[in-house]
Amino acid sequence: MPNKKQMYDKGKVVIGLCILVALMTFPFWYNLGKAAPAPEPKLSEKAKAAKECVMPKAYMTSGHMQLLNEWRDTVVRDAKRIYTNPSGKKFNMSLSNTCLDCHVEKAEFCDKCHNYASVTPYCWDCHIDPKEAK
Amino acid sequence: MNISYMYSLIAVIVLFLLAYVGVNFPGGEVFFGIIIPYLALIIFILGFINRVIDWARSPVPFRIPTTCGQQKTLPWIKSANIDNPTTTGGVVVRMILEVVFLRSLFRNTKCELKEGDKISYEWEKWLWLFSLTFHWAFFTVLFRHLRLFTEPVPACVELLAKLDGFLQIGMPGLMLSGVALLAAVTFLFLRRILIPQVKYISLGSDYFPLFLIFGIAFTGILMRYFTKVDIVGVKEFTMSLVTLNPHVIKGIGGVFYVHLFFVSVLLAYFPFSKLMHLGGIFMSPTRNLANNSRAKRHVNPWNYPVKIHTYDAYEDEFREKMVEVGLPVEKMIAPETPEEPEEKE
Repeated sequence: MPNKKQMYDKGKVVIGLCILVALMTFPFWYNLGKAAPAPEPKLSEKAKAAKECVMPKAYMTSGHMQLLNEWRDTVVRDAKRIYTNPSGKKFNMSLSNTCLDCHVEKAEFCDKCHNYASVTPYCWDCHIDPKEAK
Repeated sequence: MNISYMYSLIAVIVLFLLAYVGVNFPGGEVFFGIIIPYLALIIFILGFINRVIDWARSPVPFRIPTTCGQQKTLPWIKSANIDNPTTTGGVVVRMILEVVFLRSLFRNTKCELKEGDKISYEWEKWLWLFSLTFHWAFFTVLFRHLRLFTEPVPACVELLAKLDGFLQIGMPGLMLSGVALLAAVTFLFLRRILIPQVKYISLGSDYFPLFLIFGIAFTGILMRYFTKVDIVGVKEFTMSLVTLNPHVIKGIGGVFYVHLFFVSVLLAYFPFSKLMHLGGIFMSPTRNLANNSRAKRHVNPWNYPVKIHTYDAYEDEFREKMVEVGLPVEKMIAPETPEEPEEKE
């Protein structure tokens, strides 16, 4: 009768299983010994003074891309430049002139989280950061 | 109403509620966010190894490759070196094509009675196409998720995400793999309920992974495009898991925990289910053996030792008697040496 203890092609099977374990635990050893604190986007003095952005902070952190997308469509397609937020405050819909006016430093504000979450928005394909452009 | 898929659907809905409601209880975030995922990963790895070792212990007594072409034979007959491999190289190519392109599924045919009683076989490529889409989309989605588990994010992950979202539809950019995954899993489900023969042989264990994967893709898409989740918070949490310093981040939201719980359930369920074809494909004797039984001798591994008595030994034993009755022998008794035939064992 077959000996149930014996493994056939043991070498190949063990190599295969080692590859599996290595792949499944890849994040654990890739990050070994690396501290990766979550980024703290730096608010400029002007932003701090304004206290609130166009929308509440919770909405802005997760939904700012949607807002910007809507702004772009409204400006480009309907040529409307004024945005009124739910509390009645009016804003000029402009990335460079409104957003970057408060959040002065793109590298300290936008890029911090974007790099951490590995997102590369294509805003900057067309828009320029006035500071970087120099 | 089909019991098989109703039970699976109910099971997935219960899992959804379990995570969605359970996370609000005290300690729920630790339970669903930390304990369950770690446990699931451990079950997956140990279960997978256990299953594969169990398979590796099953002897394959003889070569049973499925042969889909001319075997290697006389030099002037063209042989199919991949479809009927005789060398390890051929087997490797065949395995790669099988694993990466699901080649044997490509040959899938549909058998139908047409015009009454005329039997017809038709090449049925939709199953192959959607299976391939499903597997590749799932892989892409999985690979893209490495961005949440690595810091800094490897360039290849960023590149894949860029390729995946190259259409630049909407904000956040639409990832094609997510749509493809959802579409393919829907097709694979509809196929099971719309084709009567397939429905007949489908079991709960066929539907459950489909619903579960649908749930995973659905909650993922929901979070990315609709309900929104604080991605930096999510990454902070996932990074805390993989740096073995787990801590709960507040305010990530119920849908995220449902997503995580679904993935954990899938991982833990994996080694005990049909999903083990991930390991099984490499272990299939009909794919991974070279068809070389005419060139090489393969000994059945459970052959027990047989006592053999060769003709030489037989003649040595009975030569004297054979000569006496006039039977032909290969070695004649040397006339002057009478001691030789006395060799007995």
